[in-house]
Amino acid sequence: MALEVSTTPSVRLTIGPLLYLWEPDKWRDFYFRIADEADVDGVTLGEVVCSKRQHFHQPLLGEVIERLTAGGKKVRLASLALVTLERELRSTRLLGEQDEFEVEVNEIAAHAAMRGKPHAVGPLVNVYNGPTARVLAAGGATSICLPPELPLASLRAIVRDAPGIEYEVFAFGRVPLAISARCAHARVKGATKDNCRFVCGEDPDGLPVETLDDQPFLALNGVQTMSHSCQALIGEVPELIEAGITSLRLSPQRCDMVAVAQIFRAVAGGEMDTRAGLQRLGTAYPDAKYSNGFLYGVPGHQLTLAR
Amino acid sequence: MELICPAGTLTSFRDAVDAGADAVYCGFRNETNARNFPGLNLSRDELAEAVDYAGARGVKTLVAINTFMRAGDEALWTKAVDDAVALGADAIIIADLGLLAYAAERYPDHRRHLSVQAAAANVDHINFLVDAFGVKRVVLPRVLTVAEIASVTRQVRCETEVFVFGGLCVMEEGRCSLSSYATGKSPNMQGVCSPASHVSYGRNGGEMISYLGEFTVNRFPEDEPAGYPTLCKGRFVAGDEKGYLFEDPVSLDVLSHIPALEQAGVSALKIEGRQRGRAYISQVVGQIRKALNKSGSGPEMEALRRLSEGQRTTAGSFEKRWR
Repeated sequence: MALEVSTTPSVRLTIGPLLYLWEPDKWRDFYFRIADEADVDGVTLGEVVCSKRQHFHQPLLGEVIERLTAGGKKVRLASLALVTLERELRSTRLLGEQDEFEVEVNEIAAHAAMRGKPHAVGPLVNVYNGPTARVLAAGGATSICLPPELPLASLRAIVRDAPGIEYEVFAFGRVPLAISARCAHARVKGATKDNCRFVCGEDPDGLPVETLDDQPFLALNGVQTMSHSCQALIGEVPELIEAGITSLRLSPQRCDMVAVAQIFRAVAGGEMDTRAGLQRLGTAYPDAKYSNGFLYGVPGHQLTLAR
Repeated sequence: MELICPAGTLTSFRDAVDAGADAVYCGFRNETNARNFPGLNLSRDELAEAVDYAGARGVKTLVAINTFMRAGDEALWTKAVDDAVALGADAIIIADLGLLAYAAERYPDHRRHLSVQAAAANVDHINFLVDAFGVKRVVLPRVLTVAEIASVTRQVRCETEVFVFGGLCVMEEGRCSLSSYATGKSPNMQGVCSPASHVSYGRNGGEMISYLGEFTVNRFPEDEPAGYPTLCKGRFVAGDEKGYLFEDPVSLDVLSHIPALEQAGVSALKIEGRQRGRAYISQVVGQIRKALNKSGSGPEMEALRRLSEGQRTTAGSFEKRWR
């Protein structure tokens, strides 16, 4: 058999919305560095987890968008994941009324607010199958970041069943596992959600939750509960591309995200093998314990080394 | 207000009807419903019997097909919808958008309820699905206060149904992967949470330790009864805190808010517990029926409290301070 030179389809890299509460200047500097140095195609901005945090970064949004755009990054604005209050509904509707930036919807209220205009769908919307992807596409969705819980077999089936949509996966970062009306983060620090004093800002990479036997287990991020382990779908990049995934989401952690993007770019381009990629990620984010179990249909915290 | 009661078997289905339910909800014996536990749920023949039994007594049968369709295997879910309709279910309870679209297109005149697993917590989300798929009723997620339930009920173009008694999800329903993170099995995909197949117990001196998958979920001193290791109700450590970080082992009881819910225009009150035994179903349904008929009193509520998991209850998100 003749040896064929395979042309790897190019894959997009995107920086997902920063899920934690970072101090405004650190938040701005993070995005400035991404704008200037990171080899990524797009950046999604905006508060997803808790509407009480929105005012912290709103005043800086303009300059950050400007810098990212100047750096050649396509900017998207994210909607809130949990919408119950009147002001949360208002901010969700406002996203639908502007046409300057593409919106990434994280709740069906935001999808409704788009009224059929083209938009992206974030990983917190339950897209478990092709028929659901088609429903969203009929309402204007042009790209979907699939839920982190999905195994590879489901990703393949969805891409096959609902073509014409760009598909992204949650390739790097602590996995958002749950969201609640109750703020466990505030409670742990002796407060309540309504009087929280923004204590979640004290843990810019999440507050670790351990079991009574000292096993690292989860991380608190305000009303969101995240995995302790950092999902890293790096060994599986070739399979993901082959399955029709066209974009990899890198979710910001307190680590060298520029390096993380570089590693994913090198692996996706075939310039670095997947094992070396995983090893290099260990250097970029030394505190992380990596996992990829969801993709293999096994417990999400587990790490399976790709063949 | 209608009283919506759970049934995990044909026998408890009949018990619920006899005890005064206005409607009974149940599921098929597979992963198409969110209580996919061994030995639970109804076969097709049993559903036919259930529908007959309920129908003859003026009681409705609701079928929950409320997990998310596994990509590539959608036929299992669409077949469940076909069968529920063919067997005479009065409504089907759905969470998955793709399945909702299927049911709306195939059976436009058949009642569709939006499952709590759809996590539809606001008016725009709900009205969008009412307009797109003709949803007749929404089961509200347990993230809202009584005032918010009233506001949503006023603004949506369908009926609302709320949970008033039984198990309590701390996380928004349908948006929780804690179970699959620890075990690989989730409510959304397999219809299970913290499944018994992954539970184990150990001992350390007088202490009882419960595990889910590889993780320790709780340690019970000798004098404390050991509970089931549901992840969000385990004891963990974060910062300086050690204990029930997410929620105590309590269940939901908002019966004292029933007058407010009635005033808010809520159409139906739901009892959780398809996995519970006959005694629970008969007594809980009976007692709440009495309370609804305004003959309820202290002793009945006390009897209910004893049936709650862990025997302690909370009003959960219904009261703002819970947050």
